[in-house]
Amino acid sequence: MTLRLLLASTAAAAVALGAARASANEVTVMSWGGAYTQSQVEAYHKPFAAETGIKVISVDADNPATPIKAMVEAGNVTIDVADLEYADAIRLCDEGLLEEIDHSVLPPAPDGTPATEDFLPGALTDCAVTSIVFSTIYAYDTTKFPENPPTTIADFFDIEKFPGKRALRKGAKANLELALMADGVPNEEVYGVLETEEGVDRAFAVLERIKDDVIWWEAGAQPPQLLADGEVVMTTAYNGRIFGAQVGEGKPFQIVWDGQIYEYDLFAIPKGAPNLENAIEFIKFSTDTQRLADQAKWIAYGPGRKSSAALVGLYQDGKTDMAPHMPTSPENLRTALASSYEFWVARDTELNERFNAWLAAG
Amino acid sequence: MAQIAISDAEPRAELATADGMPLKAALARASRRAQRRALFLVLPLLLFVVVTFVIPIGQMLYRSVHNPAFSSNMPNVSAWFAATEPGTEPDEAAFAALAADVAAAAEAKTIGVVGTRINYEVSGTRSLFTSAGRAADELAPPFRDAVLAMDEQWGDPALWTAMRGASSAHTPNFYVAALDRQVGPDGGIERVDANQRIYVPLFWRTMFLSALIAAVCLVIGFPVAHLLATLPLKYSNLLMILVLLPFWTSLLVRTTSWMVLLQSEGVVNNALVATGVISDENRIQMMYNQAGTIIAMTHILLPFMILPLYSVMRTIKPTYVRAARSLGASSWTAFRRVYLPQTVPGIGAGILLVFILAVGYYITPALVGGASGQLFSNMIAFHMQKSLNWSLAAALAALLLGAVLLLYWLYDRLIGIDNMKLG
Repeated sequence: MTLRLLLASTAAAAVALGAARASANEVTVMSWGGAYTQSQVEAYHKPFAAETGIKVISVDADNPATPIKAMVEAGNVTIDVADLEYADAIRLCDEGLLEEIDHSVLPPAPDGTPATEDFLPGALTDCAVTSIVFSTIYAYDTTKFPENPPTTIADFFDIEKFPGKRALRKGAKANLELALMADGVPNEEVYGVLETEEGVDRAFAVLERIKDDVIWWEAGAQPPQLLADGEVVMTTAYNGRIFGAQVGEGKPFQIVWDGQIYEYDLFAIPKGAPNLENAIEFIKFSTDTQRLADQAKWIAYGPGRKSSAALVGLYQDGKTDMAPHMPTSPENLRTALASSYEFWVARDTELNERFNAWLAAG
Repeated sequence: MAQIAISDAEPRAELATADGMPLKAALARASRRAQRRALFLVLPLLLFVVVTFVIPIGQMLYRSVHNPAFSSNMPNVSAWFAATEPGTEPDEAAFAALAADVAAAAEAKTIGVVGTRINYEVSGTRSLFTSAGRAADELAPPFRDAVLAMDEQWGDPALWTAMRGASSAHTPNFYVAALDRQVGPDGGIERVDANQRIYVPLFWRTMFLSALIAAVCLVIGFPVAHLLATLPLKYSNLLMILVLLPFWTSLLVRTTSWMVLLQSEGVVNNALVATGVISDENRIQMMYNQAGTIIAMTHILLPFMILPLYSVMRTIKPTYVRAARSLGASSWTAFRRVYLPQTVPGIGAGILLVFILAVGYYITPALVGGASGQLFSNMIAFHMQKSLNWSLAAALAALLLGAVLLLYWLYDRLIGIDNMKLG
């Protein structure tokens, strides 16, 4: 009985091992989940698998930067490509946790412009390649403000004029900038003011005004959910998520672009990725001019290449023009702030600690 | 004792087995063999515990006092620190060592690791190191002037204090930070600014909330356990299933169910509004605050209170209380003087179990706790997953472990761990 069981389990293990080896022609991509991952699956994963025969496995995290250190240090890297924010891509690269990516392997634009010139300024780093430009905006539930809806970033922090709960991302980044802009600091001076102790105090003082009415979110999929549940009347969010709920699902949400903070989102490869070559192929494929333009068909994020902009067309419903919904459209950029990765790479530890202390003091 | 000594002193013939071996030795050998066999039986478990529990936890705790990120990547500066007294002004030799180390670390791509380590202590210095790494090739003697020309911050005494602290791989600094304190420029330990203090207040909040949750569990669980133990079997079985069913359900499912119930447009609030208890504008905030943490955790931990109580109550014979009543005790006195004292082992076990589990909880507070319902473990998770400062996470975890062990010891002294009954 025992012997037979042993034989059977050995055979099963051998079959499983064989299967694992046979399916090694794959690449595992970790992203942010929800509508964003969905857009990547449609725009990158499916066509990549169809063209190369390499299977793409999609996994999600609240922030894909966080598992990388644990994986690399434990010597057990299970993902090949991670979708990162700019500051994280720089930091992890500096700490030797990412593979370097040779920019010369990236495909040129259709007119022959080399990739290094085709990508937006700063969009290529030693270890990462930009896919999209996304933005932190705030959105409100239109049914809650039928007359006199909020229109400026200051309105978000005005609890008297616009009563109701708000939601903000749990962390210092973006919140401090939004608070200062709401307090009347001109966009170009925001990071200068934040460099000073008084500037940080000022930002926290603005947050303090609404603290009792804030629900803190962590995953990008939460804000549209909180709005839809009626848990909050307005929330900060990644613009693509709100667009998805608003246009894709017909929810009564409205984005306020005043004071939007935009930044790049990049693909990077953790050091020791099991399928390194496939990972590089995936990044080359996904960040070419056509693919980046295609992604805009699924979610309202701007492409990281200049040559892609002209190819951005309609949303998947076939009737919504994507251009006005992009963080990079001229109308939306009027009062926008470019997120400073230099600032956040240097200060995020201190400011997040202060943020946590401020939060816990509640 | 004295009697035994006397009887031992009496001369007598040594007892022996059939083959002439002294009986004592034969017995010792046989019991040794039995012990060895018993050890073989527990060996798999022992190995499993060592490999999956003792070693990883030991390694993690070791990180709280050991962080070689600076010392191993910056050997020359570390040597200079070792050779000089604390408080020594950095001289040309120090800056030369710094320049050499930064160049080497930039070459080896470890400069970011070094910068991150110092950034824990002096904020904003990570980029100081990485930009120095990019410019390190151009540095030439005199190094002091060259380095300071690159960035004046290199002359900051606080930076050098931090580097001195990090120049030894073994450091108590993470415990200092975990107690909301820091090493001052003169080497003394001082409290951090009021707006940066977090771990100590959070620690006390965690202890308080855990105690509160354990108390609420006891108040709610005691009557349920009593019912379970005294009802006829067909009813008590049904009740038992009601207790066990949530116990078997996934933690995440239970937590998200509470979210559905408690949110401001949720079932509870809707019911209260529909019955006119509260108005639509004054929906109660029961989630994303401390109330959410307490409600959800009490429900999740309740079975850990009920089960030990039940197992103790089942063994209490009803005749004792009946005897007390027949001797004239009121029902309250009979309960207080006769029944309650017999349930103490169960109460102790339940409280200890619930409290210790609550102290380490983090998923539920993370989901329903909002800002004011966060517990100490959420900070450990933050440093493990987000800030990636594992040494600080390990120091915080060690403090929590120490506190729980202390409480366990206290419990043992006051009530006695032998009296505990888990079921």
